[in-house]
Amino acid sequence: MSGGSFYQRDRRWHPPAYDPGYKTSVTRSPQKALIALDNTLSEMTGPVFGHDTLGPLDDDMILNFAKDGEPIGQRIIVHGRVLDEDARPVPGALIEVWQANAGGRYRHKKESYLAPLDPNFGGCGRTISGPDGSYRFRTIKPGPYPWPNGPNDWRPAHIHFSIFGQGFAQRLITQMYFEGDPLIWLCPIVSTIPDKAAIERLIAPLDMANTVPMDARAYKFDIVLRGRRSTLFENRMEGN
Amino acid sequence: MVQSLDRLKESPSQTAGPYVHIGCTPNYCGIEQVFPEDLGSRMLKEETRGERIRIVGRVFDGVGTPLKDALVEVWQADAAGLYPSPQETRGKADPAFTGFGRSAGDMATGEFVFETIKPGSVPFKDGRPQAPHVTLWIVARGINIGLHTRLYFGDEGAANEADPILARIEHRSRVATLIAPKTVEGGIATYRHDIFLQGEKETIFFDI
Repeated sequence: MSGGSFYQRDRRWHPPAYDPGYKTSVTRSPQKALIALDNTLSEMTGPVFGHDTLGPLDDDMILNFAKDGEPIGQRIIVHGRVLDEDARPVPGALIEVWQANAGGRYRHKKESYLAPLDPNFGGCGRTISGPDGSYRFRTIKPGPYPWPNGPNDWRPAHIHFSIFGQGFAQRLITQMYFEGDPLIWLCPIVSTIPDKAAIERLIAPLDMANTVPMDARAYKFDIVLRGRRSTLFENRMEGN
Repeated sequence: MVQSLDRLKESPSQTAGPYVHIGCTPNYCGIEQVFPEDLGSRMLKEETRGERIRIVGRVFDGVGTPLKDALVEVWQADAAGLYPSPQETRGKADPAFTGFGRSAGDMATGEFVFETIKPGSVPFKDGRPQAPHVTLWIVARGINIGLHTRLYFGDEGAANEADPILARIEHRSRVATLIAPKTVEGGIATYRHDIFLQGEKETIFFDI
């Protein structure tokens, strides 16, 4: 892939920093305008992680924390492709994922939901996209859970994704939701995204063709990172 | 109707949430059996070239409370100003330097720490030098899309004066939010760099 600058991020497509429906954003949102920074090498380059970073079970959350059996819950495969805005595959993208267990409980000191921990489920995994941008991992479908925002707000079942592309300007964290979950449309965090069509890009459909019969269902989740210009036709710099 | 550009939309961002450490620094939050070490926890090796420095700071919300659930990442050039990235075409960066660091911030105080080296200068697009700097990316619960900013070094006064990006900042009083003063703590050059998400001291964040 060539190393030009990245297409401008569409800030109206992404959630705004400030959304009072998601209360924590109120004091954590910058109030001054972001300052435009024409990409330099510092933004166009980025860390790239080799396959030697990965252990054999990193992409298998069913087994990578198993102690005396497998975790309880619905066995699923999540797969898809990492693409850029020009629909070109992004190979070598490190994808880190984390999630609650089947009961909606995270393995974290600060987590207080009454649902039990699963002794065989850690809730973290990672993988690197292949030459065609494809990736997959195996896990347990996470449960929804209540969270302190409104008096009775619930998160839809979701998996957190952190993605490194080929430049640091492509760095992205997002969440994947599951087709058919009615909580998606009630969630104040989902609703920070202004456009319904944008929310739908984060909802993974059931993918029967990729299920493993008698074992695990599959969900497909494609990820789109920012596209970039070719190096051939860079703008001339303005003269200051 | 005109032709379609056939372009895809970037996947929309969502907050990293309060449990970002499970996925990004699992060893740090007690999930120690899955990955041998946390990504970005070690930027240096014995043989890494360059002056050893430490970058420390906290991230403050709009009421002055330090965040205890933020994740801060850094990306920087090596001591010669080269990036350890396949996109780097000017030369080969120090193979003993990753350029990438990640810090969860102390769960009690919120302080992030990076043990790294001072980067060399990297050119701007027109070839002029940029002052040595480190790119920072901050995510946390309540931050809906990751925040990009930079750290410049307080002891690089002349280079900072000539930096093409700092020079473009209209509100000159805000430039100081990007410059970390140098102290020496425990014999190591330490740059203390607090980040303010809101308020009078709000850090400059970039739309890159």
